[in-house]
Parts: sequence; C-alpha cells; structure tokens
Amino acid sequence: MSGAQKIAVTVTEIVPLNELVTRFKFKPTDGSLLPTFSGGAHTVVEMKDGAITRLNPYSLMSDPMDQTAYTISVRRDDVGRGGSLFLHRNVKVGDQMTISYPVNLFSLDLRAKKHLFLAGGIGITPFIAQIKQLERTNGRWELHYATRSVALGSYVDELTTKHPNEAHIYYDDQEQRIDLKNLLDGQPLGTHVYVCGPKGMIDWVRKTAADEGWPRESIHYEEFLAPKSGKPFEVKLAISNKVIQVGEDESLLEAMEREGVDAPYLCRGGACGQCETDVIDYRGNFIHRDHWLEDADHKSGKKIMPCVSRFEGKTLVLDR
Amino acid sequence: MSKFEFPPSIRSRPIYRTLEPRKGPAHLLIADAAGAEAMLDMATTEMMQTAHIIYIPKGADFGGKLRALNPAKYYEGPSYAASVSRIRKVLADAKMGLQVYLAGTEGLMGQAQLEATNAGIPHTAIQCEHRGSVARRMQCVHCKGITEDVEVDPFICSHCGLNLFVRDHYSRRIAAYQGVCIDAEDPGNVPPSKGIYE
Repeated sequence: MSGAQKIAVTVTEIVPLNELVTRFKFKPTDGSLLPTFSGGAHTVVEMKDGAITRLNPYSLMSDPMDQTAYTISVRRDDVGRGGSLFLHRNVKVGDQMTISYPVNLFSLDLRAKKHLFLAGGIGITPFIAQIKQLERTNGRWELHYATRSVALGSYVDELTTKHPNEAHIYYDDQEQRIDLKNLLDGQPLGTHVYVCGPKGMIDWVRKTAADEGWPRESIHYEEFLAPKSGKPFEVKLAISNKVIQVGEDESLLEAMEREGVDAPYLCRGGACGQCETDVIDYRGNFIHRDHWLEDADHKSGKKIMPCVSRFEGKTLVLDR
Repeated sequence: MSKFEFPPSIRSRPIYRTLEPRKGPAHLLIADAAGAEAMLDMATTEMMQTAHIIYIPKGADFGGKLRALNPAKYYEGPSYAASVSRIRKVLADAKMGLQVYLAGTEGLMGQAQLEATNAGIPHTAIQCEHRGSVARRMQCVHCKGITEDVEVDPFICSHCGLNLFVRDHYSRRIAAYQGVCIDAEDPGNVPPSKGIYE
C-alpha cells in the first residue's frame, strides 16, 4: 500500500475559530500513543465522502512532543473540490477516521542560527508546531504573520500573548504589509527564512530573498496545492493494463486509486515528488501544476505528477 | 602555471570552480598566494565598494594589485593562523546576503570555508577557485595531528612519525584530507614518495 503508514483515530474535539477556520483534534482509537513528529510535518486525512475517498494533507499544529493527540486547523474552501467542506460539515466529535503517520516536507534546518517565519493566512499552521519545537530547545525565531482581518486572524491572540516580542501581525484590511526587503536586510548571518501561504506570497519571498543574496539553501517554503478540477480524460496504464477515466472533480492519482492501482504518493500536493510517473506516449497537452518537476521536465512530455496535474487530448499512456 | 586540472575522484573530494561575482550587500574575499589572481579576474568595481579582501601572500607579490582594486577594506596577514581571528570577527558581524569568495590553496579554502559554515553559510553557497600549489592539508587518522602543505605521497606525519598514504577522502569538518598508515601490515615496507598527482 502506498503512502505513509495509517493510524486509526477518533475525533475528540472540534473548535470553530472563526468564519473560515475550524480546529480538529484526533486521538488514537485504541488508546495508544501517537508518534512524535517534527514541526512542519503534515498528516494525510482520509475522508469517506459517499463513493469518493478523499485524502487531503493538513499541517500538524499540536506540540510535536505531545503523543496523546494531534490537531489540525482547516480553512473552509467553498470553491475547492470538497475536502475541507466535508470536514467542516460532515465530521462530528466521536467519528472514527484514518490519518497517516506524520510526513515532513517543511522541516526546520537546525543548523540555522535564527529562524525567520513568514506566514500568510492558514499558512500559519506549520509554524505553530515549529514554534513549540523551538521554544523547547531555546531556538531563536521571529514570526511575521499576514492575515486578512482581526476577525479572520486564527491564533493571533495566542501568539501575541505568549510571544509578544517574536510575533508580528499584519492585517490586510488595515493596509498593513510585511516590509520584506527591510526585514531581510540586516538579518544575522545564518538566518533561514521559511514561508507558508498563498503562491504569490511564496514567490515574492523567494525572489526577494534571492535578490538580496540569500543562499538558496537558506530559503524554505511550503505550498500545498489542492488538485484542481478539469475536463475528464482517459488514461491507459501500461503496467496495470487498464484504461481508466479521470472524472471532472478527481485527480489522476485518485482515479488510479479508485481503480485499485497502487500508485505511490506522500504529500498529494505537488511537492514531495513521490508520485512522479513516466509518460510512455501522448497526443495532447499536459496541464502541469506541481512544483516538483523542472521546467524542462514539464516541456519534455516524459513525466507527470498525477496528484495535481491533468491532461487534455486524445491519448495518454503512463508507465504505471 | 597557476591553474591545475585535478583528476576525477571520489565524491568526498572537493571540486573547485571559477569565481563569479554574485549579488549581495557585502562581499568577503579571502585568498592566499596565487589565489590573488582569481580575485583580480573576478572583481568588479561595484563589488569593491562593499568588499573586504583578506590576503595571505605566502611569498607571492600580488598585494599591490589587490590594493589597487580599491576594496572597502583590505588586510594582508603573514599566515592563515594570524588572519583567522579577523575572519571570525568579520563573519560574526556579517548579515545575511554576504557573499564569500575563496581562492588559492586547498588548505586555505578548506579552513576559511569551515569558518564560514560555522557562521551559518551553507557550504554550497561558498564559492571556491583553486590556484597555485596543489599541496594538501592532511590529518593523520591515527594521532589526529594536522600536517600542512603536504606535496608528496606517502609522507611522514609531522606529529607521530607514521608513514601516511594520502587519501582523497576529505573532511569539511576538519578541513583536511585523511592520511592513513601505509605500512601497518608490513612495517618498513614504504614505497618511495612522489608528487601527489604524479
């Protein structure tokens, strides 16, 4: 079976934080202890939504050393494919669910002399676990968190109360902006910058830091892409010897899983590279959406990341 | 004479490239002996406005030319040991975006790179260009003593006196190649020494 090992859990607490974000707490159903994790890790939550099984990654935001429970915070996406809506509307306290072991694609670089965190909106969640980890080890950090408004500022009160000197909040509706160039200028040697938020924010931070001479290895980012809906298409799987249909609202990876094909995955968000698949033949156009493959790979027509990318055309044959 | 093509080797062996100017608010250039020529080839007027050059001549005569680049700061030291306290101070005061350029012998580049990585710069972000002597800084794996500027293989450990074989196995943490006793099984059976790349 592909993906990380599974854990059977029970939902023990559901806390609406504001109009958009709700927090869920999971405890192991059999009463055992959960594995510890490292700040920045995510878990893949399995959702049985009628005939569809959704597998969505969410950053863990509990204390990485707390083995009794995991918590995630989910932002409702009304125009997404339904995973967050399912969690918000259908999941109740006491429900039994399956989540994956923690997987970390956004870990702290512990060689850093200082950690500079930049969060946009729900991108705050991995930093909450990372801050708990660093507080335990007396790490040096600073957070700059941009959110739409006071009403939508998840965890702002908690952060500013516990860490008045480290946490800096910016409200979009009050025209407050992170003064990034100024913030990067003068950071002590050995600082690493981490950004989690909308794509535009990630691109802005990566570009600005590179322009200011920051080494590539000192710039870390995480962006989960949700698979986007698109036109249905047909795929031939050469190894499995199957022809499958990818529906409008499912990803190529999900369609393979529905047909019983054991395709590898970890993040399901275009970042980790596990699901990279060779293309044997195609006639048509790829809609590449991952940030794993290089531009040259995207243009080559030889590779696809089935978790987020799609295809439009007549023939697509995959080595799977 | 100063450019040498090192033969391909194991992954552990450092690979040196050609220095190129990079964007950044400040630039630290450290060179010894013929390494000055790599700095002269790379330096731009713009970079020199915020550059600090640290040069250890080791008998070479490039000091005047380096000074003529008109860097913001220039220091010439009699040895690496004499210069390292300045290097540490510069790195301790430095801010993110500092670009580090190293040129000259492997011993100089390795030790300066170690200072820079200890200060928090990823080793992959530090540029190195080899010039001049191909002598190596060697660590005896038996007594852990360092012998500088080793030109022949095998050589005698300057600390414990063992006959050491010059390996390509390199340690970034120690900034030295590893020297292993060549006649442990059959004491006294030592092949004649020759140049490392002969």
